[in-house]
Amino acid sequence: MAILIDSSARVLVQGITGRQGGFHAKLMMEYGTDVVGGVTPGKGGEWFEGAPVFDTMRMAVETTNANVSLVTVPARFAADAIKEAADAGVALVICLTEHIPVSDMMKALAFCRNRDTRLIGPNCPGVMTPGQAKVGIIPAMVAMPGNVGVVSKSGTLTYEVGFAMKNYGIGISTIVGIGGDPVIGTTFVDVLEMFENDPETEKVALLGEIGGSAEIAAASYIKNVMTKPVAAFIAGRSAPPGKRMGHAGAIVDGGEGSAEEKIQALEAAGARVAANPEEIPSLLG
Amino acid sequence: MNLHEYQSKFLFAEYGIPIPQGKVATSPEEAYAIAQELNGVVVVKAQAHVGGRGKAGGVKVARSADEARIYAGQILGMDIKGLTVERVLVDRGADIRQEIYLAVTNDRAAGKPLIMTSMEGGMDIEELNRERPDAIIREHVDPIMGLQNYQMTFIASAMGMPRAHWRSFARILSGLYQCYRENDAELAEINPLVITGAGELLAVDGKVIIDDNALFRQPALTDQRDTSGEPSSERQAREAGITYIKLEGQIGCMVNGAGLAMTTMDMTKLYGDADGIGPANFLDIGGGASPEQVAAALRIILSDDNVKCVLFNIFGGITRCDEVANGILTAYNEVNPDVPMVIRLQGTNAAEGSKIINEARIPNITSADTLTAAAQRAVAAVKEQL
Repeated sequence: MAILIDSSARVLVQGITGRQGGFHAKLMMEYGTDVVGGVTPGKGGEWFEGAPVFDTMRMAVETTNANVSLVTVPARFAADAIKEAADAGVALVICLTEHIPVSDMMKALAFCRNRDTRLIGPNCPGVMTPGQAKVGIIPAMVAMPGNVGVVSKSGTLTYEVGFAMKNYGIGISTIVGIGGDPVIGTTFVDVLEMFENDPETEKVALLGEIGGSAEIAAASYIKNVMTKPVAAFIAGRSAPPGKRMGHAGAIVDGGEGSAEEKIQALEAAGARVAANPEEIPSLLG
Repeated sequence: MNLHEYQSKFLFAEYGIPIPQGKVATSPEEAYAIAQELNGVVVVKAQAHVGGRGKAGGVKVARSADEARIYAGQILGMDIKGLTVERVLVDRGADIRQEIYLAVTNDRAAGKPLIMTSMEGGMDIEELNRERPDAIIREHVDPIMGLQNYQMTFIASAMGMPRAHWRSFARILSGLYQCYRENDAELAEINPLVITGAGELLAVDGKVIIDDNALFRQPALTDQRDTSGEPSSERQAREAGITYIKLEGQIGCMVNGAGLAMTTMDMTKLYGDADGIGPANFLDIGGGASPEQVAAALRIILSDDNVKCVLFNIFGGITRCDEVANGILTAYNEVNPDVPMVIRLQGTNAAEGSKIINEARIPNITSADTLTAAAQRAVAAVKEQL
């Protein structure tokens, strides 16, 4: 089934009546994703493109039996929306929202862990299993079905690489955008482990960037556990230390998180690291 | 957002953390008056958002008010790593017997607050971490429960804090954690926390970094933002809602998405570094790339005189490249840049987008199919002008 989502995913969109939420809910439906409903407090009883809108997640889950939720609400309300989804018993919560305060995320993440809910993001483009379902904003045209798993901290860079792979004739099992924030629900290692155990994934492309140590942990997992080949690219070689490069988490701080140390660790672990993301397809091929 | 030392320490004081008596001066006369009021040895300390001020001569011990005036005169207006010192903190000198490190920070990997402390304070924590990692005690805090009393006892005991100071250390630690939490800090650091000759604990230096994403609910802190060290172009971009960071190279980069923006910078360096050519900026234009957004971003990029070429790299996913191409041409006519531009459009309707660019036949504009070709062309365009 590839990983995380497949054609059996029953998806709720939190914020479905918002501009972003509605726009992408519609694209998800067009892709074939089973969007079973949405939640916007105060708009319960309305309909969105044939799907029911609820006031609360609890009611939405009870009625639709959804197992995935997509959070598209603004930053001030997003951590609460994540907790609401976890409390309603949704197994997988994917949060697109950018600019959520870290202190809110730390609490929401602890809450999800207490309830065995897997959180992906925030500040991520979502998850797509080509040909089956997409939950998030990844454009349909960037990937075709295949056997390479893609995991990435960034949105457009992922589209770029997915599209280059498609043009090269390489398909994708699942794309997972884990997000560019400092505190995220699902890390590179978590996703590598899922790909390692997924019979439909044969190779993996990992797209990292400066900041934090998640790529170093990934390198150690690749070295010690993984049997499947990994190609990687790390963005931010030319970024100066101490400056936050767009993503809240993309900062080289106190000598930690530089592209060089990540590239070295990945190479030492046996991953093939591209200096140019357009080389990724040939490294996989 | 970084707070100055004096802002950090005054904030600590609100949480019951003892700090040296002191005030901020913007002139030597003010420094003189403060020193006279403190009536004893004082420390005159440069307040600037830059590390290594001590080594640069930005911290001086004055034995009299006259000396304080002289030192303040030397430090005010001093250039430390490109930043001009506009304020000094004049603090009562402390009788230091022992220096301690104490901080609360976000542990990204664990997703939890982390307390770090060491009896070997004073030095840079990264240096200490490299040389003697075992000298640092690390304790995670459950973000929902908060810091517990037993954890404070554990920390004091594990770090080797003399028992006589446990109670006052626990008060400081609990105040610092509360300060970190209530102000949405990424880091609340006391370095050093000192034990004085009189056996008291005192926060002699402090540093607080606030999570920018939480500033909406921290109006009092937002008012304390000091933008004097920030390039005016970065301030303009921030106000226009565009993420822009000025760099030292010659190729202005306009890209949609942070990861792709960094990658585009990397490509200019990959192909230009041998000739001393690289990115002039980081710029994420966000989704859509409307003519207004592109024009605003183009003006900001061109406000940097080092820019010899502008490289557009846009991946059209949901946005269509033909729309983006029209947006770029409209912005071009409005801004009228006098440097060459290389435009690379990929994704939805990329061929149509490139056709629009090519058919406009603007001598200064070329298009490229791949990121590699675009970066190489931009490097070549700069090389011609060197």
